[in-house]
Amino acid sequence: MNGIPISHILFVSTALFFIGMYGMFTRRNMITMLMAIELILNSVNINFVVFNKYLWPGKMDGIFFTIFIITIAAAEAAVAIAIIINLYRSHKSIDVEDAAEMKY
Amino acid sequence: MWNDYLQLMKSEWMVIIVIFILLFLKLGKKERNTESLLHFINVLLFINLASGFIYHRDGSLFGDMFHSNSLLAFEKNVLSLGTLIISMQSFHWLKNHKHILEFYILLLSTLLGMFFMLSSNNLLMFYLGLELSTIPLAALANFDLEKRVSSEAAMKLILSSAFSSGLLLFGISMLYGSTGTLNYLELSQQLTGTPLQILSFVMFAAGFGFKISAVPFHLWTADVYEGSPVAVTSYLSVISKGAILFVFVSVLYQVFHHMALAWYNLIFIISVLTMTIGNLFALRQQNMKRFLAFSSISQVGFILIGITGQSAAGSASVIYFVLIYVFSNLGAFGVVSLVSALTGKETVNDYKGFYKNNRVLSWVLAISLFSLAGIPPTAGFFGKFFLLLAGAGTTHQSGGQINYLLIVIAALNMVISLYYYLRIIRAMFMDSTEQPIEKIKSSFSPNLSFIICIAGILITGIASGAYNYIYSLVK
Repeated sequence: MNGIPISHILFVSTALFFIGMYGMFTRRNMITMLMAIELILNSVNINFVVFNKYLWPGKMDGIFFTIFIITIAAAEAAVAIAIIINLYRSHKSIDVEDAAEMKY
Repeated sequence: MWNDYLQLMKSEWMVIIVIFILLFLKLGKKERNTESLLHFINVLLFINLASGFIYHRDGSLFGDMFHSNSLLAFEKNVLSLGTLIISMQSFHWLKNHKHILEFYILLLSTLLGMFFMLSSNNLLMFYLGLELSTIPLAALANFDLEKRVSSEAAMKLILSSAFSSGLLLFGISMLYGSTGTLNYLELSQQLTGTPLQILSFVMFAAGFGFKISAVPFHLWTADVYEGSPVAVTSYLSVISKGAILFVFVSVLYQVFHHMALAWYNLIFIISVLTMTIGNLFALRQQNMKRFLAFSSISQVGFILIGITGQSAAGSASVIYFVLIYVFSNLGAFGVVSLVSALTGKETVNDYKGFYKNNRVLSWVLAISLFSLAGIPPTAGFFGKFFLLLAGAGTTHQSGGQINYLLIVIAALNMVISLYYYLRIIRAMFMDSTEQPIEKIKSSFSPNLSFIICIAGILITGIASGAYNYIYSLVK
């Protein structure tokens, strides 16, 4: 508690969120896009823990929410990687530009 | 104590029981007659639907995380009915598929997620339900494992839905930071419209916009709808979208109603953009599934008009329209699904001269398209009428004025949409080719589903009791 002000930590989490967003829009590799989404989810986790610790120390909602987000992110990554593996079998590539069977 | 858990969560327990029956069947012996298995599953789904009508009680569970009332019971019944219709329509596609039980287990898991999402009274519960209803859908979109387009659709669905839930979560985290609670009622008392709360609402709306494919966030929709198997496409466009619209309405009116002046203009602009752009893209589509995808985007634009209205009339008109939309969109998708499963043809040109060999099916498709376009004797007209009445009438948010601009834009969009719906009807009834689609031998389940859809389209509009019933539930 003593030392680091809340604004510093919120700055880190916001920066992480926008780095994730930037990665999502610029990267063309599916695994890297998945990693960008994980960055976004982790910035949300930091937000929840920080708000819980600094602003609402008497409550536990934020901590619980973080635990659930971590669990669901794991499940989401598992399904996404299964889909990407299946796509790699048919396309022989994990570049999103190559997955362009349907257009217009 | 245990009575509460059984009675309030009745519809959830029913879905869980059906999932477990199917899991045990999966564990049992290998070889099975697929047709009788499909009939058995349809009967289970019918029991699930029928049990929804029997008995319900108001109340809340788990420290006010989960609540149940008669409106939610009605919304769950609409979703169960849609799932039953889709299951009957996908009979011919599933008959030759190896993994029937997995399909239904995933499908019912998403339905369970939607039920929990509808009953949520807390943002944590809402998020859990939302994820339970989207993650298995991505696996379902990939269900034609050997097709290239199917895995592509699934990849687009999972990446965009994960990204949108990231946005939604960021909004929720800021709401938690500024109010210190996740409960809907406490949130609504503490929200005053500070800049942080407005920013969190924008994130929230963006996350929802992805899920209902409102316009700046609609780009994934067409590809996912085209690539997925038809049964999954109809599930995505009707059930999943309907559930999220129900939740969106209740969250907007329950949680954010003190910030109504802040979100009125946002929803208004999004609805106009969604209608117009959805319509303009639908004009040039050749693939039937893609065409129905864009038409469903423009329908969402109309639904958003209703959301801008006063709370009671707004949510009643949205729920009424979703009920009609279930019948009319599933009628159209049912015919497309049947033709696609039996002949593999999916483009508009394939439907030329369809009337020659398939009279009944072309009438089913035509009536469904008329209802989607909103032509008077069908229910779609009444649905759109109530949406416009709620959205463009004298509301508190619009300063007590009738919103003529909105009516003009909506009328123009109705005309544009009429053009492309009638294009399909003209192709079926008036155009001719050397090789029209041959007579399609449908079986009992799809036929029954068409009867339900057509009866729904013709009755829910004319019987004024339907709207009055929903309105009384909302109040």
